[in-house]
Amino acid sequence: MTLDVAAVRAGFPILKRTVHEGKRLVYLDSAATSQKPHAVLDAERAFYETSNAAVHRGAHQLAAEATVAFEDARATVATFVGAQPEDLVFTRNATESINLVAYTYLNATLKAARGQALPDGAERFVLREGDEIVVTEMEHHANLIPWQELCAKTGAVLKWFGITDEGRLDLSGDVITERTRVVAFVHQSNILGTINDPAPLVARAREVGALVVLDACQSVPHQPLSLPELGADFVAWSGHKMLGPTGIGFLWARPGLLAAMPPFLTGGSMIALVTMEATTFAEPPQRFEAGVPMIAQTISAAAAADYLTAVGMHDVHEHEQQLTAYALAGLQAIPGVGIIGPRDMHSRGAAISFTVNDLHPHDVGEVLDRFGIAVRVGHHCAWPTCRRFGVPATTRASFYLYNDTDDVDALLEGIEQVQRFFRVG
Amino acid sequence: MVVEPSLESIYTEIILDHARHPVGKGLREPFTAQVHHINPSCGDELVLRVTLGPGPDPVLQDISYEGAGCNISMASVSVLAELATGEPLSAFEAKHREFLRLMHGMGKVDPNEELLGDATAFAGVAQLPMRVKCALLGWMAVNDAVGQSLAAPVAEGEQS
Repeated sequence: MTLDVAAVRAGFPILKRTVHEGKRLVYLDSAATSQKPHAVLDAERAFYETSNAAVHRGAHQLAAEATVAFEDARATVATFVGAQPEDLVFTRNATESINLVAYTYLNATLKAARGQALPDGAERFVLREGDEIVVTEMEHHANLIPWQELCAKTGAVLKWFGITDEGRLDLSGDVITERTRVVAFVHQSNILGTINDPAPLVARAREVGALVVLDACQSVPHQPLSLPELGADFVAWSGHKMLGPTGIGFLWARPGLLAAMPPFLTGGSMIALVTMEATTFAEPPQRFEAGVPMIAQTISAAAAADYLTAVGMHDVHEHEQQLTAYALAGLQAIPGVGIIGPRDMHSRGAAISFTVNDLHPHDVGEVLDRFGIAVRVGHHCAWPTCRRFGVPATTRASFYLYNDTDDVDALLEGIEQVQRFFRVG
Repeated sequence: MVVEPSLESIYTEIILDHARHPVGKGLREPFTAQVHHINPSCGDELVLRVTLGPGPDPVLQDISYEGAGCNISMASVSVLAELATGEPLSAFEAKHREFLRLMHGMGKVDPNEELLGDATAFAGVAQLPMRVKCALLGWMAVNDAVGQSLAAPVAEGEQS
């Protein structure tokens, strides 16, 4: 079975619009956010039109229906990633998911220092001066800055793996040591497209008793995954990059881990018993879902998971791999175009960063936009990765199930227009 | 229907010339203040020095810089170096006010060409809300460096 892209495209209303005086929209920025199919838009509208109510409270029928739909959504999303619903926490975005884990360490450390009660097993989150947190030079700021901040607050030390010239993680050296408590890394780089095999890092983290945090924002939407098989302890991703709405993120934890964690955000919905003096906390996942959650967004994100399941994640992945191979070959055939990241299809996904002669990406993007081609320009919230390759920014094209070879051809032709306009190449 | 500015009206010949052949590029001594300005959304960076002379209306004796950025940000600092070097501070301030008026005018402002010279070439950029900050990077940096020069008296021996 191969993907029927024309049929897929028909389900995405935004792809029918034109830009810049009638030009076909060539949307090559799905790594930033994906477009939304009717199925997702309809699910959100249907919820508001038929069942809107606050979940997990109230006794009326709407509240009951909303709560059932919300918890069904948890089961749907969990199933989509091969997980159990009780191990899945809803957040606002992947950034919040990673912050939730980082604050778990901070809160456990602060409470332990004051002799406060912690859940059984929480000592694994208590940091001591000189403990080490390991990241990579390939991280999105969302999986870097929370760890920098945690180190600044606790006296832990941040260390990182570098990147090879080919855009792969350089796993040489003793970055992970007996003092390492957290190993946090990206599954698929949003800027380089590199897919990192979690296995070697997971194995080394296990040897020293460190927990593994995986940023899967760019992998969950694009390949079939069973999270428990990746070996990580925490996996974070977002809804809006997998055809869902903005405002919904996910954190999966290895079974049993959530129960050992003190809460992150506190307030309504996350409690067991409250008095004026003290509070006990709900069981997970509710312990980590303070306040009225993103109900409509969660339900429509589940519709996105259903949509992707119906299309078939194997077919989505296969289609993207073919498009990426086609684009990589085409880009490398244009004199003056350089790829930043893996140049072949070995362990790489559908995000391609490139340079055009010595042109600044903003100038490249401005001209491409005039031809209807939407790419991302800038440092992609991975500024240290740009610095590693000696560029202030890159131009990035990223593909999803609704892109076709016409889109890639438009990009290649657009780059030649850019070169002509600026008289380079 | 709104008519879009053409690519040629954004990337004018003046802008492309200045981007290819920047005026006054390179960091020079002496200087009275150095600033490092960045555009965090796109990663543009500019290190810029000014040499401000003495007196009540000091002359901008030199503007020197190194930077990495798009054609618009790099051309803008080059045009500015050409326009303001050797001018008294009061003249720079008048030009700065006029340039801000142009860039915040959404393309509806008729700029004073006598004041702005080549900087009028950025009129097309003023119609692109996402790029206005690129054109302003150098101006903000000079303004900042001038302020720092005025706030910190020149060290002995730095001025001849």
